[in-house]
Amino acid sequence: MTSHELILASALLAVLSGVPAALLSKRSNMSQALATLILLCANGIGLLAVYRWWVDGAIAPLSFPAPIPGVSVSVAIDAISVCFLLPILVVTSMATIYGLQYWKQSEHEDNGRGVSLFLGAMTGAMTLIVVAHDGLMFLAAWETMAISGLFLVATEDHISETRKAAWLYIAASHFATLCAFGVFALLYAINGSWDFDTLKTTGTPMAFAMAALAFFGFGTKAGIMPMHIWLPSAHAQAPSHVSAVMSGVLLKMGVYGIVRVSTFYAEIPLSWALFVLVMGTSTAILGIAFAIGQQDIKRALAYSSIENIGIITIGLGLALLGRATGQPQWAFLGVCGMILHVWNHALFKSLLFFGAGSVIHGVGTRDMESMGGLSKHMPKTATCFLVGAVAICGLPPLNGFVSEILIYLGLFRIATSPETLASAAVFAAPGLALVGALACACFVKIYGLVFLGAPRSEHAAQTHEAGSAMCVPMMILAGCCALIGVVPLVAAPLLDRVAAGWNGDAAVAFKLIEEAPLQMLSVIAALIAVLLLAGAGFLLMRGIRRAPSGLTWDCGYAAPSSRMQYSSSSFAEMLVKLFGWALQPNVERPKITELFPQNVEFDSHVNDTVLHKLVLPTTRAVTWCFSWGRYLQSGSLQAYLMYILVVVVFLLLWR
Amino acid sequence: MISTIVDPCMVLALLLNFYILGVSRLRTVIVVVAVQGVLLGLMYPIVHQGFLPQSGGLTTLSPLSLLRLVLLTAAIVGIKGILIPKLLFQAVLLADIRSTLSSVIGFVPSVLLGGIGAGAALVFAQTLPQPEGHTMHLLIPAALATVLSGFVMLVTRREALGQVLGYIVMENGIFIFGLLLIEAVPLLVEFGVVLDLFVGVFVMGIIVNHVSRAFPEASTEHLRTLRE
Repeated sequence: MTSHELILASALLAVLSGVPAALLSKRSNMSQALATLILLCANGIGLLAVYRWWVDGAIAPLSFPAPIPGVSVSVAIDAISVCFLLPILVVTSMATIYGLQYWKQSEHEDNGRGVSLFLGAMTGAMTLIVVAHDGLMFLAAWETMAISGLFLVATEDHISETRKAAWLYIAASHFATLCAFGVFALLYAINGSWDFDTLKTTGTPMAFAMAALAFFGFGTKAGIMPMHIWLPSAHAQAPSHVSAVMSGVLLKMGVYGIVRVSTFYAEIPLSWALFVLVMGTSTAILGIAFAIGQQDIKRALAYSSIENIGIITIGLGLALLGRATGQPQWAFLGVCGMILHVWNHALFKSLLFFGAGSVIHGVGTRDMESMGGLSKHMPKTATCFLVGAVAICGLPPLNGFVSEILIYLGLFRIATSPETLASAAVFAAPGLALVGALACACFVKIYGLVFLGAPRSEHAAQTHEAGSAMCVPMMILAGCCALIGVVPLVAAPLLDRVAAGWNGDAAVAFKLIEEAPLQMLSVIAALIAVLLLAGAGFLLMRGIRRAPSGLTWDCGYAAPSSRMQYSSSSFAEMLVKLFGWALQPNVERPKITELFPQNVEFDSHVNDTVLHKLVLPTTRAVTWCFSWGRYLQSGSLQAYLMYILVVVVFLLLWR
Repeated sequence: MISTIVDPCMVLALLLNFYILGVSRLRTVIVVVAVQGVLLGLMYPIVHQGFLPQSGGLTTLSPLSLLRLVLLTAAIVGIKGILIPKLLFQAVLLADIRSTLSSVIGFVPSVLLGGIGAGAALVFAQTLPQPEGHTMHLLIPAALATVLSGFVMLVTRREALGQVLGYIVMENGIFIFGLLLIEAVPLLVEFGVVLDLFVGVFVMGIIVNHVSRAFPEASTEHLRTLRE
């Protein structure tokens, strides 16, 4: 079988993976195990297809007739497809294994089978998206993915917050789909064919509109600010393993859309590249600033996803800048950094969501103010979460550092280039540094609040470690993070191929190993890892030998309680204030006037500024405008018949 | 030649429209609608003959097509003149419907609206393209005016049965259109129109029954509570 047939089989099997389970009893865990097994087989076949592609190289697209007469659709695997396919296969496999324990069928009789069904459907749909070679196939798969996502977000639809999140998700998702329809309709208008191919004419308004629709439509899916509004609530309300898939892979489908459309253009204007770079930088900075202000652990992780999408967009902007100015080296580093960050984010963000899921499973809430001290009860989860947190902050020796350093290298090349206009793009480098620092603050806060200190609630004090079906996926993902971090060379061959494929200019073939000091990175990372392990071992030995017992020094206060620890808002206060112009925090600060005040409460939380200050007021105004139309709906049959009469007479007279 | 028969009949159909619009007694309306239907049914063989290329009267027809024509005419007249009125009278009895119709805007304005509709139809029909060799000047205006009258019935009558009657009048208007297209439209389609009508009446009869069971009288005003 060719790689195309294999990948189609994989997608079909994945889409149908939940069907047998849907027919079995809703109380038995067997059905879920069966669905998991089938999905794992499907993903295995997918990996086989990737292997065949690696061996055979690119082959001619496979066309077959669509259900609509006279139309055929086609699939093709190229390096870009594979780069987005790998995270899909890995993360969904991990998620479905994790779900075996996290969302046990016997504990979720009402929706367990639905989760299996739609997780499989979403996996298959995403696989088809990245291998689709024409607009029709892409749109069909895209819509399947969006609808499966809706059902996954709405899993716990008895909670009103979840229903709201699901509505918001589907509204944003349909905006994205609408834009995608526009993109491919324009592609058809320009090229006369649905097939993915280089545009025959560029520089026309149509080509510009297509690029704009692609950026804003696919950007909505990816979560580029200010189109990210659906993302935090959907990620918070979905089951954690679904959030992991959504954050790790689903958002990347938006990125894939933008990357794929960018290959249609033979030349990229400089202004587009700069625009993408600006959007990426602002998304990254504001995303992480919002993350710092959150109290809900999954909302914080969701905002951090927005930040990472921003970093990926910076990489894309860098690559586009390279194309626009004829500097293939920048484009090469940009593409490599972007794709590697796509992988890395898929790995560490799903790891973090799994960790958050274990914590939520144990404590029973997403509110970080009720957690604390969990590392004592959940050592494995805490360790894995720490690995993910260090990786996402872009610190060595883990993988986040590698992808960010590639983007930094590209940005530094820009800084030293003689081109004046392009060197304006240098602002992205300090922007990226700021993002890194803020990410550290954010994850120090999250890790500190959740795993360190004393428990802030009864549940947090009596929690338990997650089972092995939940821990093993986390360990595998943590291992992948460490592998890419310490031996980035493993990713280099595929990155070389994708960069050559995207650049189009095959004559200038770069090698990542020559462009970036990968061996040096390996050595440094290994050194740091060894030092860290040695240090940790040393501390552990010492700690075991003479473990001190007793309270921390409490300034002589007789009754310290866990409530006196840093809270989420107090830790973040300074940074939230700094970004107050964007975050618009809601602070209710009681005024204390008496000498012996009554019980008072202080409350501060950060809502989504774009959603609450811009989108909701606008939709309210629009709803008000349309409410005038209700006068037409009188409920009288005669009136409705009269409307028909009026329309018929109008149509008769109108010409 | 043929228009000397058809056009007066069309005038009669138009006058019947006004009568239907102006009368409140339910039984009278049912009977008049049936009379209009029978009139149009009898138009069918006449117009059919008129369009035959060798229009030498019924004698030139082959026995088979003559039989077909007679049977078809009998079916149309039977459905429009006997079956439907019978069903409607049955509905009146079973559903215990009041014996008079009421109008939202009153009966005189209804007739006026029908008159304006007929005038507008006459003017509008002038602007439409006419088929080749078309001699019946009143056919299209009568069709349009009848459809409009039916619509006026539908829009203004409060009772469900009044709307059923309006619907039948509308169908009569469409039937007149059908007369015009007798060459082009196969008989089967023509017959389908009648069947369509039959099903419509049947379904609406059931609805009327259900409405009357749920509410003390079959007035569509009560449906207002169902909005939103």
